[in-house]
Amino acid sequence: MQSNKAKTRKSTGAILLEFLGSMNLAITVLVTIAIASVIGTVLQQNEDYASYIIKFGPFWHEAFESIGLYDVYSVWWFLLLLGFLLLSTSVCVYRNGPTMLRDMKHYRLNAARNSLKAFHHNRIWQVQSLPDEAINLVTAQLEHEGFKVRRKQHDEHVVLAAMKGGINRLGYLFTHIAIVVICVGALIDGNLPLRLAMLTNDIEIETRDMPASQVPAKSVLGDDNPAFRGAVNISEGESANIVFLNIRDGYLVQKLPFAVELKDFRIEHYPTGQPKSFESDLVIHDDDLAEPLQETIAVNHPLVYKGYRIFQASFSDGGSKLVLKAWPLQDDKLQTLDLKGEVFGKVPLQVGDKELSIELTEFRKFNINPVTGEDGKTEQKNFGPSFTYKLREPSGEAREFVNYMSPIEQDGRWYYMSGIRSSVAEPFRYLYIPTDSNVSIERFMNFRAVLLDAARVRKAAELTVKDLLFDVPQAEESVRQGMITTANRLVTMYATGGLASITAFIETSIPEEERESAAQAYFNMLRTVLGNLYIEVLQAEGLEPAKGVSEADSAFFDDAISVMGNLEAYATPFYLQLVDYEHVEASGLQITRAPGKDTVYLGCVMLIMGIFMMFYIQHRRCWAWIGKTDKGVEIIFAGSSNRNERDFAEDFDRISGRVAARLGINKQD
Amino acid sequence: MSLIQDTMQNDFKRTAYIKTLGIYDWLFAAITLYGTYYAWGEYQHLMDVYEVGILFGTGLSLIALGWLWKPSRTLMLAVAGLSLFGVMQYGSGLAPAETNFFLRFLFSSQSAIMWMSALYVLATVTYFIALFMESEFTGKVATAMTWSATAMGLIGLMVRWRESYLISHDVGHIPVSNLYEVFVLFAIITALLYLFYEAKYKTRAMGGFVLLVISAAVAFLLWYTFEKGADEIQPLVPALQSYWMKIHVPANFIGYGCFALSAMVGVILLIRERAGEGSYAARILPAAELLDDVMYKSIALGFAFFTIATVLGAMWANEAWGGYWSWDPKETWALIVWLNYAAWLHMRLTKGWRGTQMAWWAVVGLFVTLFAFLGVNMFLSGLHSYGEL
Repeated sequence: MQSNKAKTRKSTGAILLEFLGSMNLAITVLVTIAIASVIGTVLQQNEDYASYIIKFGPFWHEAFESIGLYDVYSVWWFLLLLGFLLLSTSVCVYRNGPTMLRDMKHYRLNAARNSLKAFHHNRIWQVQSLPDEAINLVTAQLEHEGFKVRRKQHDEHVVLAAMKGGINRLGYLFTHIAIVVICVGALIDGNLPLRLAMLTNDIEIETRDMPASQVPAKSVLGDDNPAFRGAVNISEGESANIVFLNIRDGYLVQKLPFAVELKDFRIEHYPTGQPKSFESDLVIHDDDLAEPLQETIAVNHPLVYKGYRIFQASFSDGGSKLVLKAWPLQDDKLQTLDLKGEVFGKVPLQVGDKELSIELTEFRKFNINPVTGEDGKTEQKNFGPSFTYKLREPSGEAREFVNYMSPIEQDGRWYYMSGIRSSVAEPFRYLYIPTDSNVSIERFMNFRAVLLDAARVRKAAELTVKDLLFDVPQAEESVRQGMITTANRLVTMYATGGLASITAFIETSIPEEERESAAQAYFNMLRTVLGNLYIEVLQAEGLEPAKGVSEADSAFFDDAISVMGNLEAYATPFYLQLVDYEHVEASGLQITRAPGKDTVYLGCVMLIMGIFMMFYIQHRRCWAWIGKTDKGVEIIFAGSSNRNERDFAEDFDRISGRVAARLGINKQD
Repeated sequence: MSLIQDTMQNDFKRTAYIKTLGIYDWLFAAITLYGTYYAWGEYQHLMDVYEVGILFGTGLSLIALGWLWKPSRTLMLAVAGLSLFGVMQYGSGLAPAETNFFLRFLFSSQSAIMWMSALYVLATVTYFIALFMESEFTGKVATAMTWSATAMGLIGLMVRWRESYLISHDVGHIPVSNLYEVFVLFAIITALLYLFYEAKYKTRAMGGFVLLVISAAVAFLLWYTFEKGADEIQPLVPALQSYWMKIHVPANFIGYGCFALSAMVGVILLIRERAGEGSYAARILPAAELLDDVMYKSIALGFAFFTIATVLGAMWANEAWGGYWSWDPKETWALIVWLNYAAWLHMRLTKGWRGTQMAWWAVVGLFVTLFAFLGVNMFLSGLHSYGEL
């Protein structure tokens, strides 16, 4: 009855407190945080929204976005969960802390004889000595064992209560307070005021791509903002006094009270080609400084200035200057065009009546790729500089190209490598353009121009047919003309549409049963005409093919016709050759301010100390009830431990054995 | 009377710990200290102040370990001696690896790790034979094999450390930098933890089960070596060039090793409980309370070290990536593992849960740990992509 009443009288506050401090809630929160965290790792966070739409479709994208799955770790319900963890732990400390502290000091001197007898670990001895002597001996021995001993005189008996390792209870406090401390530190760095300002729209995330100077004031944070993690790219020779904070699908601009200038950015490589170090030479310009502060940062070696920390985070091109030469691929005249551009810039190009735009997207000074040699061993090889560009049609469509500056050796021959793809999702397909004896691309381009020269193709076709019919002088003129037309047509088709167009032509114009033999004849004829045209190219170079064509020149022919047969996939009016460059690098810096860091570290140290105290210091207690009976003095010696029952059983055997020895009792007793 | 007093005094005198140390303990400590001092003298120009701290901290920790767990002294001395021997066979270049008998068949890192692999697998089988035959001698052989395998693994890592410097000075680094190296470390640490508990609880019945997980690691290691050529020493990417690696990684693997051990002990407990009291399994397997105790001790130790490792990781992240917590997949999974075992310990310590449900939980815990260790690198992308398959 009594307890029932007490229960009904409990106030709502007490019930709430009990609920918040309950182990069930704590475990539930722990597990929920774990599950939410799993979602955050499985679903890539803070990606481009466009790629989410592609991945999940518009419906799920909408759903995921609305419950904040793209930014799980800062969505309100996740923060609420963390808040619950904090609250639950705090209440737990509030409710159990005092008990724990009391337990450290409380010796339980009122232990009753019967309850000690009921202990799992106990010994009962009868001794003949005087009670006082027994009391002194037991006390002395327990103190010798490292226990602190208290004594209480009851009416008929004395209770000695001893304990050791009370600090174990502090372990509980340390670990749990540590969680609270860590959360508080994290909250400071989580910058709640900023989050609130974003909720109330006092600060708005900017999603448009624009120069930092034009970003509206609502998206700019002053240098009084206490905590942030931002990033900025600085090109060599330039400086920045802002960083960008990337938030969801946009960003905020964070002002800095100083400017960071990038003098130089360096990458060092191992002999195997992997990067060895990234370093930036920085200069800090600040009115508070007598002279600018020069410092080099590297990965793992940030610079700390005025509580701001500057990290080497990434690198990119800083607008390298490229000198290019455009070789026509669809013109019978070999007129090259010299162009200049900067990486991330655009170069307009008029081709016929079409206005094309070259968007230079990347320049790489080194391309270190694994190459498997003849012996099967893979080596790292530098392919030299390359640049990437997008060729945008007036319609907005674009194809992407990557061209290498220097020729690359394959099986003793040298090629210019050029890759193409029509979407970012595809891999590049590479053309290997053969080079002439000067390791230049010129002969290939000459050959290409000749193929597109209708008059010369016609002449070569005539010459070829003449040679073919050399042994059949009686052939009719109509047959001769027919053959010339066919030869001419084959070369023209090949030059404009590649091998694919010839295959298509055969499939549409020739009955199926004759196709194989016709194809054979066509390709022979095509090859012969091409060969004749190639001889003209060689002659134009001043060579004398009549006296024989060198092995290299004939290999060139095979390579060239194979490339040209696939050139239609290249589908571009010109080939862009990189002639010269001036490399400008940019360093990606991360600049942060985290005033809560030391609080978090303090919490971490407390946590570790607490865990070791909890697991490796046992709170052990021993009691001795000493009283007179008819047979002499009775001693009930009992012990308990809050941890590691098994170990304590052994220890209790040892301790009680030594106490018995001091009391002069044989072990056998 | 005085005579009796004296003998009695001896009975109840608790000897101070320092007085229990024997000559071998002091000799071991002296050798370890000298080794530490020698390493410092020889290589201090290559170390920063933190690394010097780690060096001496390691020296002192090894002495403490040797004193607390006596058999480890012999292991450490043997590993040190044989590693030095291996390193000396190399001289100043890698060429002797192919020609020198000792390197080719025993102590080059690759050979030593192969010995380790073979011995762990043999030890697993031998432990099971000992269990089913109830043969104590066979059990002793299995223990000896496990010790030898551990020694060979450690020698392999030590020699590999030197080999990396022989490739080139700037390539040299402690061999805890990629998946191959940490798998060796995982096998060694798990085995050492097991050997410790084997001696402490005086039973070899857990050996086969615990070594199963080591054998699985060895199987992966061999596949990784022969299929992917993972044993090749690679230079460090800039992010890993830090003294933090020397403490963060080993601390982590003590945690992983403990969790793996507790899960395997959990498996034994489950088998035993399924078979029931009085069954054959109950007769040959250790008592449920013992298993429960090992499981708890192991998780507690693992949790302590995993906490240290995670904190060290956060501190390193703060220096390398610019923030102590970025919710990177690896960090997040470390948190998940931590929360999982925190919940486990709470249930045991405050609710007093014991037995099969805790065993099941420990087994599930291994899978969570495994995902944090391997799964994250295989399936998720992030900053912590050093151990990619």
